[in-house]
Amino acid sequence: METVKVNILAIGRHEEILETVLRIINKSENWIAQGALTDEKAIALFEEQKFDIVLLSGGIKEECEAELRATFTQKDPEIIIIQHYGGGSGLLSNEIIYALSKRTISPNLNS
Amino acid sequence: MERKDFIRKGLMGTGMFVASASVGNIIKNDIDELKELEVIGFNHLPNTESKVKANTVLHKADTRGHANHGWLDSHHSFSFANYYNPDRMHFGVLRVLNDDRVDGGKGFGRHPHDNMEIISIPLEGDLEHKDSMDNVAVIKHGDIQAMSAGTGIFHSEYNKNEDQDARFLQIWLFPKSKNITPRYDQLTLNVEDRHNNLQQVLSPNADDAGVSINQDAWFHMGKFDKDFTTEYKLKNPANGVYAFVLKGDITIEDNDLNQRDGLGIWDASSISIKANSQDAEVLLMEVPMSV
Repeated sequence: METVKVNILAIGRHEEILETVLRIINKSENWIAQGALTDEKAIALFEEQKFDIVLLSGGIKEECEAELRATFTQKDPEIIIIQHYGGGSGLLSNEIIYALSKRTISPNLNS
Repeated sequence: MERKDFIRKGLMGTGMFVASASVGNIIKNDIDELKELEVIGFNHLPNTESKVKANTVLHKADTRGHANHGWLDSHHSFSFANYYNPDRMHFGVLRVLNDDRVDGGKGFGRHPHDNMEIISIPLEGDLEHKDSMDNVAVIKHGDIQAMSAGTGIFHSEYNKNEDQDARFLQIWLFPKSKNITPRYDQLTLNVEDRHNNLQQVLSPNADDAGVSINQDAWFHMGKFDKDFTTEYKLKNPANGVYAFVLKGDITIEDNDLNQRDGLGIWDASSISIKANSQDAEVLLMEVPMSV
């Protein structure tokens, strides 16, 4: 039976931190994450796939964040966009779980 | 969002958790350097209880989250790592208050942070700090360390001594401004100055007493004789104060507190404090109530 995983797009400007975030998320059997260091790659990934959560990591300027939020929300009004604080230490699971607790729809099936 | 709405949301969370296949089995330790603990789901024994009144929230010591990794024994006042309690996500910008014991020679390996103000207060023993800004330092009882993670830093914290435990508070605040240049600060305080006095140990201002951080927060520490009374006047009445009892018994605003109890207060311009035991110690954290 195929496992339904929560599909997460993580965006951040710090390569090593983003790698850490992806590694931690992908250790979970129920989550899967892809990362983007640039807005262009993030938007391209978002157009290709259905994500459940967009996780904004460090280094993204306010104007870029606003544009990303507007783009993602326009393409998918149900998308959950959260700010990740802490770079993969003690808060990551909490942030994702808290975000998931606020929605009532099923996670997207990752193909 | 109105301040009171935010406060309530922060204290109480959403009050709902969707138990699906995707979230029911994922609460694992996400600190890379630590061995994963058993999946515990909600760490709800007995951590559901947050006594919320009109302008206070009480967190008794034995209702905190607890994680024992062997070399690290940690109590969490707010949700952290494998401890998730939607009623305890933060108090204003105060997001993490961990009460840690670290075995001799052990510690937290190199790991990242970004956009967080990280304060460490050693209670016993020595911690050796190294970070990606080339800072190497040892902090001990009486010191306070503050890091603004900003755009991103890596650091490690180890118990410097092989033959004794280290105990310290690990406190994280949401920053006032995101993506600032990372910075590190530490200071040795004169602990005698907090005898029957609230000694300021942290502020937003580099030229004020204590270390400075990227947030409009003020921390004070006090060590009191039995029956000593004092009053703390908030720097900004729109802020809240989270009081954490380090040692002994203290009454704050008619709330009797014991060692490691936490009490959050908002909608107050000052708070009254009375020591009920000799050498009672408290940490007061005045913080903005909205991010």
